[in-house]
Amino acid sequence: MTSAYEPWNEARGAEIIAEHDTLEGATLVILHAMQAAFGYVPEPAVPMIATALSLSRAEVHGVLTFYHDFRHAPAGRHVLKLCRAEACQAAGGDALAARAQARLGIALGDTTADSRVTLEPIYCLGLCASAPSAMLDGRVVGRLDEARIDALVAEAQR
Amino acid sequence: MTMRIFVSRDAGAVAVGADEVALALETAAGHRSLAIEIVRTGSRGLYWLEPMVEVATPNGRIAFGPVTVADAASVLDAMATDGPHALRLGVADEIPWLKRQTRLTFARCGVIDPRSVAAYRAHNGYKGLARALTLAPDEILADVTASGLRGRGGAGFPTGIKWKTVAQASADRKFIVCNADEGDSGTFADRMIMEGDPFVVIEGMTIAGIAVGAAYGYIYIRSEYPHAVEAMNAAIIAARRDGSLGARIGGSSHSFDLEVRVGAGAYVCGEETSLLESLEGRRGIVRAKPPLPAHKGLFGKPTVINNVLSFAAIPFILAGGAKAYADFGMGRSRGTMPIQLAGNIRHGGLFETAFGITLGELIDDIGGGTASGRPVRAVQVGGPLGAYFPRALFDTPFDYEAFAARDGLIGHGGIVVFDDSVDMAKQARFAMEFCAVESCGKCTPCRIGSTRGVETVDKIRRGERVAENIALVEDLCNTMKFGSLCALGGFTPYPVMSALKHFREDFGVAPTTLQAAE
Repeated sequence: MTSAYEPWNEARGAEIIAEHDTLEGATLVILHAMQAAFGYVPEPAVPMIATALSLSRAEVHGVLTFYHDFRHAPAGRHVLKLCRAEACQAAGGDALAARAQARLGIALGDTTADSRVTLEPIYCLGLCASAPSAMLDGRVVGRLDEARIDALVAEAQR
Repeated sequence: MTMRIFVSRDAGAVAVGADEVALALETAAGHRSLAIEIVRTGSRGLYWLEPMVEVATPNGRIAFGPVTVADAASVLDAMATDGPHALRLGVADEIPWLKRQTRLTFARCGVIDPRSVAAYRAHNGYKGLARALTLAPDEILADVTASGLRGRGGAGFPTGIKWKTVAQASADRKFIVCNADEGDSGTFADRMIMEGDPFVVIEGMTIAGIAVGAAYGYIYIRSEYPHAVEAMNAAIIAARRDGSLGARIGGSSHSFDLEVRVGAGAYVCGEETSLLESLEGRRGIVRAKPPLPAHKGLFGKPTVINNVLSFAAIPFILAGGAKAYADFGMGRSRGTMPIQLAGNIRHGGLFETAFGITLGELIDDIGGGTASGRPVRAVQVGGPLGAYFPRALFDTPFDYEAFAARDGLIGHGGIVVFDDSVDMAKQARFAMEFCAVESCGKCTPCRIGSTRGVETVDKIRRGERVAENIALVEDLCNTMKFGSLCALGGFTPYPVMSALKHFREDFGVAPTTLQAAE
């Protein structure tokens, strides 16, 4: 299976910046676009964004590192996010998160050694009346139980 | 005759199989050579019945749910023959859980196709804007003030006063910003309305623009809500095509346009000044107030920043409903509140009702108790920064002041139910931990206090000098409450202190001993 993302390419990076750099307050928009293209925000993109937006490298680095969403390295092929907020905790989410971690042999926030699966916590998908919930590569799943979490983990490992 | 079938496209319905059910209905119809049209709507908010499927009949829309893929064929047959079915719920509008609500803001949610301006207009949409276009800005402000609407994001600040401040400010540019960074666990009303009736948010923002003299707006939506981002973007394009967004709206002299910006996973960006920083492309660091955003907001310009639900309440109010809106509610809490029932609850979902309903009615009567069937032990109202209430406080009416009087808050109207298996010391620790992770770092009480809070709660949970450490946590909470710059550090003490006060036994102290000590 091939990655859905392009490898880092300076010309492509410059193109992405040029698409958005006339927007007011474009930093987050560009960082999101970089991540959508490359799967993470490659380090060489930081000075390019800084130059385009007349910011310092430190300022762009500051924004990049402030937000949980932005990756500094590629994630696994599949990203499984488990909602760990209160509504899901109340509905048995803790035990399911422990189960997913055990099945994958990794902790929340880590990627499996074969780079197939990244397991992450997420603080609220807004599916609090269908808790516990999760998101696999952008697909939302609610009313999780042991069978459903096992199926999600197995799907992510394929 | 083609049967019109309605299936929700709301993320909460999709998460439990609505897409697969829609597909199965189409397949089954194909096998039977039945002509059907599937309309994808938002959700009615009865999440335990999702995927809920409805069919249009001369007697109204008949609902079935929760429908699985395996049920699709038999449900379709029951629809075609108007026959009985185990999942048949009767006329949707007559379902008691829905019927006893007062749906002013959510009137169309789950009913119409959220991509269709025509459907929106056919269900009273854009009537508020049409009337606003005939009024002077002062008259619009008078209506908003008369409605008694208070900011639905949690702070409850009177919307009319906020708008008036921006209207009176003079500047070359002003902005309308919609706070759709609904990060509180247990809340999903913003997500639902953006996915199920996005035009009502656009209409509310457009009216705000006309009232205060702003020509541009931003909707800042959290990245955890991809379905809402998609729905809002589609609606903005449709509204522009319709001429109700853009230059010279509806042939008037007013122009207003807006765009969606997507957050990046920072809870603190739900705080309005942090959100403005983020919109400007910076770290979401909280700003000191004053200046208020109404004076110096986005890009330093006068800015109306309101929650999704505040804007969504506006079209009803401007369509001649100001007095009707104000007639609902109690005390200084006027109108209706879209309350969200979540967590370990049997009948979870969106319940819009007038202020004044008690917590007990919401949990036991409407929510039906826990999903697990065990006794309700605690409910957290108002998100991660809201207090935990025990059953003894279930007589509290849903009202800003009544909750404040009991050291709680209604916040954005989310209620998370926990059964008797909950460990409240663990929940107190989580509140501190969440604050530590999400703190923007600007002020010391929040940044350092939350980390010390985690450590101290851990000591209590390990049984180390329990009484001393409880006193320390209480002192720390006091410092955070009064010394933090924004609600993140300032309100984290609510869940911690309420857990300590009402569930003392979970902290390794006999409740009686402590009551004596108090």
